Amino acid sequence: MKIRIKFTKEGHMKFIGHLDMMRYFQKAFRRSGIDIAYSQGFSPHQLISFASPLGLGLTSTGEYMDIIVHSTGDSKAMIERLNREMVEGVQIISWHLIEDETKNSNAMSILAAADYAVTFKTPALPDALMAERLSGFMEMEQILVEKKTKKSIKTVDIRPLIYEAKCDGPAVFLKLCAGSVNNLKPEVVMETFMRASGYEPDLMSLNICRLEMYARAADGSLVSLDDLGREIFSGTAGAKELSAEAPELSSARAEG
Amino acid sequence: MRKLALSDEILLKVDKPARYIGGEVNSVMKDASEIEIRFAMAFPDVYEIGMSHLGIQIIYDMLNLREDTWCERVYSPWTDLDAVMRREHIPLFALESQDPIKDFDFLGITIQYEMCYTNILQLIDLAQIPLKACDRTWDDPIVIGGGPCTYNPEPLADFFDIFYIGEGETVYNELLDTYKSCRREHKSRREFLEQAARIPGLYIPAFYDVRYNDDQTLAAFTPNNPNAAKQIKKQVVTDLSHTYYPKKPVVPFIKVTQDRVVLEIQRGCIRGCRFCQAGMVYRPNRERDLDFLKTYAMEMLASTGHEEITLSSLSSSDYSRLEELVTFLIEKCDQKKVNISLPSLRIDAFSLDVMSKVQDVKKSSLTFAPEAGTQRMRNVINKGLTEEDILGGAMDAFRGGWNRVKLYFMLGLPEETPEDIEGIAVLSNEIAKLYYTIPKEERPGGKRVDVITSTSFFVPKPFTPFQWAAQNTNEQFLEKQRYLNGKIREQINHKSIRYNWHDAQTSQLEGILARGDRRLGAVLLDAYRRGCLYDSWSESFHYDWWMEAFKANAIDPDFYNLRVRSCDELLPWDFIDAGVTKDFLWREWQQAQKAVVTPNCRQHCSGCGSKIYKGGVCYENQD
Repeated sequence: MKIRIKFTKEGHMKFIGHLDMMRYFQKAFRRSGIDIAYSQGFSPHQLISFASPLGLGLTSTGEYMDIIVHSTGDSKAMIERLNREMVEGVQIISWHLIEDETKNSNAMSILAAADYAVTFKTPALPDALMAERLSGFMEMEQILVEKKTKKSIKTVDIRPLIYEAKCDGPAVFLKLCAGSVNNLKPEVVMETFMRASGYEPDLMSLNICRLEMYARAADGSLVSLDDLGREIFSGTAGAKELSAEAPELSSARAEG
Repeated sequence: MRKLALSDEILLKVDKPARYIGGEVNSVMKDASEIEIRFAMAFPDVYEIGMSHLGIQIIYDMLNLREDTWCERVYSPWTDLDAVMRREHIPLFALESQDPIKDFDFLGITIQYEMCYTNILQLIDLAQIPLKACDRTWDDPIVIGGGPCTYNPEPLADFFDIFYIGEGETVYNELLDTYKSCRREHKSRREFLEQAARIPGLYIPAFYDVRYNDDQTLAAFTPNNPNAAKQIKKQVVTDLSHTYYPKKPVVPFIKVTQDRVVLEIQRGCIRGCRFCQAGMVYRPNRERDLDFLKTYAMEMLASTGHEEITLSSLSSSDYSRLEELVTFLIEKCDQKKVNISLPSLRIDAFSLDVMSKVQDVKKSSLTFAPEAGTQRMRNVINKGLTEEDILGGAMDAFRGGWNRVKLYFMLGLPEETPEDIEGIAVLSNEIAKLYYTIPKEERPGGKRVDVITSTSFFVPKPFTPFQWAAQNTNEQFLEKQRYLNGKIREQINHKSIRYNWHDAQTSQLEGILARGDRRLGAVLLDAYRRGCLYDSWSESFHYDWWMEAFKANAIDPDFYNLRVRSCDELLPWDFIDAGVTKDFLWREWQQAQKAVVTPNCRQHCSGCGSKIYKGGVCYENQD
């Protein structure tokens, strides 16, 4: 069965890269003894997939991964069990069952948008002026950014990928397009905004925190990845069912 | 949240910031205000290498069992951070507390290979501790060194307050207790060192004077302090099943070289290969109990979450209960989906069977270490491996499904002739030929064999029978390499043989430092000042800077490498009693020159001298 885990990555953990976070969780899952499923072969690996890598230096209070397990306890117990194995800066927030076991439900493939909060280590502008500049920025019809690929430099219009950008006191709130097709990084938005507003873009002076990730529902609205799963309660008929072996592992493996 | 020693700006600019932030699973945090002894344990190389070292994990665990002591870790900052720390005068810090090392009581440095010596100076220098021991005060930490290179610590004598000769589990507690009482009683630094000198196994270089003969050899090595012993006796653990071993090793965030549980099954070696320093200085051979190993294997896997476990020893096949241990591990690891890696196994029917169970035969290769190309040469080095063993093992391996074979050899061994070098090419060819005797349809791995032949250059080491031997010159090394390369190309199956070789200049410097004396301290310091650092990394190794340093200090490097030493020469490391006697080593050196094999410890005791440690096959069998 497929479980979606929501977790935080804060503090010094921002210096741990994406691949090392995967290794970190693999070891944590082994320590916790949860009943995670493995691939076949001589070096079996755990069936884990992350929604979206987080850049080095960024923090997050809304990270997601999907894992395949053979059995589970109730959500509360599983969260407690995993949190005993976490280091400072990483907290498991939720453990939700995803009913749809096909890859159509994978966090990685359904990811459509993400929220970010950006704060300045030293305020660059007075709050009011910042808000004014930001709304001016958002009124532009096109925001062209040069994007370097291995072979060439391409100009992309990122304006349609910025769903929302507003000031919240001294912080900037961003809702950006995310996922495997178009993934807009908050650093790129901030750099472009700062340059357009006439001051030197210095990414080192920013704290960027990812707040939430979303999929797009059939009606076009954004729904958080967490809300696509359901909490498992103890003693319910559902929980008993869940402790049975997952029948189709091979199809699940193909997703990883 | 702990405050880091480095700012975000620095950490996000340097490569792999996780090297410097600590906070790993199982790292030990204590309240510094309740601690009497702050101990920084350093490995003078980059984090990924240092974190792979078992010895530090053992001592880290052992010292942290003490309530009065907090042992923390430190590794060499990589060159990018090194530059930043120098520019911004940031003192070297310990990973756990992020506190400056200069405020610690001890800086312990493990010295595993000669090519890390400039990194030792880097650690002390970045810590803002005076480089030379004679310039330090009671405000500076005590700098103590341990590890295999302390079997000749003399090139480093200027920079250390204490060298610890032997295994870390033995006298650290005594040393720390002594330190604590000296501090409480307001004794001086010198008084503390005098008391430390009375602890067996501890060598305080400042308490010895060295005189040289006109021919530059050592004339005398004498204590100048009544507390200093004439001979420093190596300390070893007698019972390896009732001693310290970590149950919760630190789990790094980033991928390190040894990213797995390490189970040390035994120490020492019964084989007696004449080139091998570890095989001599880690005598006597001592095994750990099977039950001890089973318990620790399971506990370490549970506490780390590692997906792999490996056995550690000089020759795993000689562990007397290997089969039971491996059977146990295979069963448990299969349940837990943990991989097993089995290095240093002799290739035979048992090991092939085991390996086919724990690795994917199609993807893995088998390793043989014949070390020399001819039987005569293998007799010289006392490598008890016959051509029959090698070819038989290779054939079994091919039949078992392997088609990649790695072969390790040394060039420049004493008594080596062109035939011995050619023998490497011939043996490589024989192995390839053997594969092609198998009918095509039965050959594993798609009809072709891959023989990977590697050579390294032989470097004579202290406390081996070859400690008296001359090392080859760079030119000789390179000539031999060219000769072998040519001979490999002449072989019928040369297309199936790949030849890898090592750098000659590194071996030259390694040899000088391995058998050097105290005068090399000046050269080392000079080379470091010229910018030498990370000498074991080819991209940062500057042989020319080293040679300039030798010249500037009027020291002839060839004196250390190119001489055959005589029986009566006083060697810089003679003041150490490593268990194996000089008589035994000399006898072995004579046998080597006659190409006579000495039986291994299980076959026959050769009276090496290590029996005094109340361990080893000879001791166990004496009743």
